[in-house]
Amino acid sequence: MGNLLEVRNLSVSFFTYESTVQAVRDISFDLAPGETTALVGESGCGKSVTSKSIMGLIKKPGKILEGSRIYFKGQCITDFTIKEWERFRGKNCSIIFQDALASLNPTMKIGRQIIEVLNNHDTGLSRDEKVKKAVEMLAMTGIADAAGCLEKYPHELSGGMRQRVMIAMALIGRPELLIADEPTTSLDVTVQAQILEQMKQLQQKLNMAILLVTHDLGIVADAANKIIIMYAGRIVEQGPAREIFYHPVHPYTKALLDSVPRIDRDRTKRLRAIEGNIPDMANPPKGCAFCGRCPEAMNICEEHAPVLRQIEGPHAAACWLNELHTIHGGTDA
Amino acid sequence: MWKYWCKKIIRLIIVMALISFLSFAVIYFAPGDISSMYITADMSDEQKENILAELGLDKSMPEQYMAWAARAMRGDLGVSLSNKASVWPQIVSRLPATILLMGCSMILSLTLAIPLGLWSGYKKHTWIDNIISSVAYIGMSIPAFWFGMLLIILFSAVLRLLPSSGMHSVGAESAFDTFQHIIMPCITLSIGNVAVYIRYIRSSTIVQLSEEYVLTAEAKGTPKIIILFRHVLKNTLLPIITLMGMNLASLVCGSFIVESVFGWPGIGTFAMGAIGSRDYPVIMAYVMFSGLLLVLGNFAADILYTLVDPRIKRGGTLDEG
Repeated sequence: MGNLLEVRNLSVSFFTYESTVQAVRDISFDLAPGETTALVGESGCGKSVTSKSIMGLIKKPGKILEGSRIYFKGQCITDFTIKEWERFRGKNCSIIFQDALASLNPTMKIGRQIIEVLNNHDTGLSRDEKVKKAVEMLAMTGIADAAGCLEKYPHELSGGMRQRVMIAMALIGRPELLIADEPTTSLDVTVQAQILEQMKQLQQKLNMAILLVTHDLGIVADAANKIIIMYAGRIVEQGPAREIFYHPVHPYTKALLDSVPRIDRDRTKRLRAIEGNIPDMANPPKGCAFCGRCPEAMNICEEHAPVLRQIEGPHAAACWLNELHTIHGGTDA
Repeated sequence: MWKYWCKKIIRLIIVMALISFLSFAVIYFAPGDISSMYITADMSDEQKENILAELGLDKSMPEQYMAWAARAMRGDLGVSLSNKASVWPQIVSRLPATILLMGCSMILSLTLAIPLGLWSGYKKHTWIDNIISSVAYIGMSIPAFWFGMLLIILFSAVLRLLPSSGMHSVGAESAFDTFQHIIMPCITLSIGNVAVYIRYIRSSTIVQLSEEYVLTAEAKGTPKIIILFRHVLKNTLLPIITLMGMNLASLVCGSFIVESVFGWPGIGTFAMGAIGSRDYPVIMAYVMFSGLLLVLGNFAADILYTLVDPRIKRGGTLDEG
């Protein structure tokens, strides 16, 4: 089975007067059709920039650097013209943003905003058919009065409803890839769970791949097949969800897992936060970017950046500990 | 709902009372009065006092104000002290000329400013935006009377293409004749407005384009031009409504300067004359009228807002923080 999306050596920088911020530094990963991949990392690690790159939505002063390639079903989308992007967005690939209120036009009715997707991609549908499709889609996302919702303005809906509208809008063009950029961060926990469940059901119905961008490993647990952990613009660890949860290799991944509240953990222990801050991306450190906060840092970590290396099957990590491990493993064999 | 109207009306009354008192005081304390039109040096003191009493100028300022206000509240704005004719019909008879000029100017300003402002904001910091913005700055800085005179020199004196003043040529009543007369004053009036509107629309466009809903529209595959006209335009024009509301007063009450430069027979020229001769009933009527329109204009803008912006419910509260 071929990959739906292949990201190769993606680098994105933001050029300002004072400095050049290297938001994404040479990352490569694949998305398989129909699967959910979680892109996890704290704020500023470049995960949103990565998702916007896939949609061609990087704006000045940001720029996708030379040599970066993104292939969608084998087609290189990084060379797309404006017209090609317009055909691609909403049809092959859709995106949901975190803040649904800001992401909807405040002075346009929900119906018009959803139907706009169908207008953008000539579907040959009549006006009534488009309305019917919009109602169907809204109903699928779990909105009770779907027909009535079309006539409403965004501010008349609740936060959860608005996010459902965003999902309906993203899915009405039946994309093969849905990018969900922090889709539930601004919602109540109960609504969060509902929305995630709804997305999962829709994924099965419509057979699409999901790239779930989030800082919350907690919501990833039962949603994702595959997890990619990003830190300071690089992938530090990636692999099947089970592997990441049960056999994390990178100290950053371990720290992230420790910071997730868990019901089975000893209640007397405090939740662990990761000390320190992410490095200044205008001047990324020479060695491993996590080195300054890493409890297991060694001398080499400060001088040389580790590369992403395979551990077992698709599981890979970029950490010198892992390198040592493989070297020793190698001599043993 | 009635609470909203009550609030508006009470506010209107307070504003009108303040405006009238302040402008009355300004006229009273300004040097000279209308009596100099009637009094000559060789008159006896008794004659002078009679004239002052006749004009009602012998009383103290509060007395004069109260007398004026009492009459005004009965709808009697008095007679002009210089030509002894009722003030109100004189104002009404000059309204059409002013409204015609101002209306044309407003239409011209908006048809120029909306596309230019939108384009300039969309192409911000490019050469096209720089050109539009520089021209707008120049337009804002040019004094209207000076620009008007330049136009007169060029088109009337040198090229002899357009009439230099008035609204009709003697004996001619055709629409084309009026059109020829209106071109220069209309352009002169519009130049400042266009510039201000362009700046407003430009910055409003830039703000709207950076909103997230624009990114969403783009992510749907909506072409740029449609984003600009279907999504951004309406949100951009919302703040312009306030500007238009405030302009209602000037629309009806005219521009002193431009009307004077082009001898346009409107309200502005009329009020200018009254100020020159300290003809306080006329000045007061004019000030009250424009004050009323200013308040009504803002009120109309409020109402229009509720119609255009679905987020605002009447009563003036946003129900989304």
